[in-house]
Amino acid sequence: MSDTAPATERVGIVGYHAYLPAYRLDRGEIAAAAGAMARGTRRVAGYDEDTTTLGVAAAQPVVTGRETAVGSVWLATTDPVYADKTNATAVHAALDLPPDIVAADLGASVRSGVVALLAAARDGGLAVLADRRGGPAGGTDEREGGDAAAAFLFGQEAPLAVVTANASVTAEFIDRWRVPGAPDGAAWEERFGEQRYAELAGQLLAALTRAGVDLAGITRFAVAGSNARAVRTVAGTAAKATGVAHEGGDLTGLVGNAGAAQAGLALADLLDAASPGDTLLLISLADGADALVLRATGAITAGRGEPLRAQAGAGVPVGYPQYLLWRGRLAGERARRPEPDRPSAPFAWRNRAYKLSLTGGRCRKCGAAQFPLPRVCYQCHAVDEFDPVSAAGQSARIVTFTVDRLAFSPSPPLISAIIEFERGGRLQCELTDVRAPLHVGDEVIPVFRRGATVGGIHNYRWKARPVYRPSEPDAGPEREN
Amino acid sequence: MGQHSLADRVAIVSMGCTRFAEHFDKSADELAVDAVTEALDGAGLTGDDVDAFWLGTYTSGISGLALARPLRLVGKPVTRVENMCATGSEALRAAVHAVACGAVDVALAVGVEKLKDTGYAGLISPKTQDDGTRVNTSAPANFSLLAPAYKNRYGVTADDFRAAMTHVAWKNHANGALNPLAQFRKEVPKEAIERSPAVAGELGVLDCSGVADGAAAAIVTRAEDAHRYTDAPLYIKALSLVTGDGAGAADPRYDYTTFPEVVECARRAYAHAGITDPRAELALAEVHDCFTPTELVLMEDLGFSARGTAWRDELDGIYDRGGDLPVNPDGGLKSFGHPVGASGLRMIYECWLQLREQAGPRQVGTAHRGLALTQNLGGAPGDCVCFISIVGSRLG
Repeated sequence: MSDTAPATERVGIVGYHAYLPAYRLDRGEIAAAAGAMARGTRRVAGYDEDTTTLGVAAAQPVVTGRETAVGSVWLATTDPVYADKTNATAVHAALDLPPDIVAADLGASVRSGVVALLAAARDGGLAVLADRRGGPAGGTDEREGGDAAAAFLFGQEAPLAVVTANASVTAEFIDRWRVPGAPDGAAWEERFGEQRYAELAGQLLAALTRAGVDLAGITRFAVAGSNARAVRTVAGTAAKATGVAHEGGDLTGLVGNAGAAQAGLALADLLDAASPGDTLLLISLADGADALVLRATGAITAGRGEPLRAQAGAGVPVGYPQYLLWRGRLAGERARRPEPDRPSAPFAWRNRAYKLSLTGGRCRKCGAAQFPLPRVCYQCHAVDEFDPVSAAGQSARIVTFTVDRLAFSPSPPLISAIIEFERGGRLQCELTDVRAPLHVGDEVIPVFRRGATVGGIHNYRWKARPVYRPSEPDAGPEREN
Repeated sequence: MGQHSLADRVAIVSMGCTRFAEHFDKSADELAVDAVTEALDGAGLTGDDVDAFWLGTYTSGISGLALARPLRLVGKPVTRVENMCATGSEALRAAVHAVACGAVDVALAVGVEKLKDTGYAGLISPKTQDDGTRVNTSAPANFSLLAPAYKNRYGVTADDFRAAMTHVAWKNHANGALNPLAQFRKEVPKEAIERSPAVAGELGVLDCSGVADGAAAAIVTRAEDAHRYTDAPLYIKALSLVTGDGAGAADPRYDYTTFPEVVECARRAYAHAGITDPRAELALAEVHDCFTPTELVLMEDLGFSARGTAWRDELDGIYDRGGDLPVNPDGGLKSFGHPVGASGLRMIYECWLQLREQAGPRQVGTAHRGLALTQNLGGAPGDCVCFISIVGSRLG
């Protein structure tokens, strides 16, 4: 009933990042639709974001520059965009990872999040926890859910925090469930699950103790789970056992509960605030209970990026009707334009380096960068003389732009621009997350997003989004220019 | 190797042109029959008398059968050609080349387009199967890219540029109001143009050419045979085609304020026609005003206005019907309408009327100059096809 496999001291988290989509929705607006009231906000993925793109956004800063160090990819979500077909492979492709590693989905259960962490910890892998959570219009799940992702790369080279122990207990009972394919899930009376999770947490802490973990030596801990009542109760239990206060309980009030990504947000938040030498405990409550114990190293201070809370405090307000349109809960008016054709699978496969990895070529003869990889250089006409060059992660500038009210878009208008990369090369692409008037020369960065879905095929492609400095106001999604 | 002038070797001896309009009551076949029949009747010919046919259509027919079948052409070589908005001109180019090389005595070119059967807004372009990676922008969005880039490069204020765009639309509508074949036959106040609903970038609906159905046809013969069919032929002085290499979208040197394809195409056309000062030598120019900023940029690329000044020349009335160089006296794409495959030959049709002084109330006062230019642009800034013809009413 318990798994207390000895953790390898040397393995730890070498990089991590939590990604919150740009938009936040006021819970009071949602609740008002059902004649209720609610406080706080939740994060909302843009219309062109799904769990695959959220996962890429979280993982990109983590793996950039160390692609070859990634031993495996574990994508955890309750909202996979494909069944039968693996979703982690698109994440793998967008991150331009080496082909000789496994990329697998875990899901579609809340527990898959923490399991991705445990799996990645075993083989120097990349755990990508990404989720979009919703529910019946105006209801609790829609209000309390959140869209977010977090990614953790495990390895042995200069870890920010080493894994010192883990433990798991498993139990079958009905607390939260959803039939595959159904848009909405359901939960049993919270108190029933609360009792089960309280028992399981007791067993989990005992297992940790048996594994040699000194609970009194834990300096920070967080509890994740989709049963809010159970999370509170177990947090109380753990606080008693460790003698320190629960952290991160307020995150769900800002972001919402991100399902399978919730354990990732909780862990990222622990790491964001950790000092060297801190012992961190993550507890996940989902169809059992899982724990991960880590010790922060001296590398933690310099090795982390933008903290989760810096993003959690920001966000562009989005109206509830816009959210319902984006989620397809309301059918919007269609443009009087033909819908796109189904993307050709062979074409997409031939074009995969550009389409999914934003890779083109730099001419060996004249140095001109161009996207996608051509056969003939536009500048010196050399044939097949190119080295691969990736634009992912590069900054770019707008050469010229337009707001297209005629073209088909899942969320009109379609805003596009010619952009030029700092290290050369230009392309025409769609802009997304535009929230202020555009100008020639504005800075943008490429982001991996989903275009239209036709015939069940999701058309992934790279777009670009404007870079907004913190001093610039968040005026809401740009509709007029 | 080289491209050589065909000046004065081939003549247009008859033309036909339907009204350009929302012809909900006519098929592409019927429009083709209308234009071809008018051209044949004008020359006193039947289909049997024509040695070869070229049909230009962008979306409205596949293969030469799309012309041979409705006209019941028996035993004739009939070919369909396509080159985006230069499609109709491409048909003329093929017919002229066939006559010039001696392969045939009489050739007919017809451009036909049926756009109003789709039920969609704007132009629906055929697409090859792809993977959906390219951003699927509309034509007005593509050409609206010119405006921010042009203003930025030349420091033109938003108000001045808007006024120049408005003048293009206003002028072309005023011209079209006098044209019985134009899609829109009324003047449009400048305020209405500036208030029209936004389509893309700074373009409103009234900055965009009309989506229309229509057809136009021309019959060509050797120049020395022309007077068998008409007293007043038009002679082909130059036909120039430049298909871009698409590098604009990749090349940082391209700045979206010009069409390099047009510049090169014009250089060759003027050389073949012996033109050195186009603004003074041309009686009129029929140019591809698909969207109002396009006409402004074309005035510079065609050498009519100096760089960065076309907006001012336009506002000064240089290109009005009574100006130094009348541009689009028939109303242009803007008001005559733009059935893609027919537009190139429609432009030639206006030259046919104007140089022969048959244009009625919109007759330009410059016809005595004896030379006219037509120009088509297909594609998008940085990635386009350009065709230019020079036709003249006199030999030599």
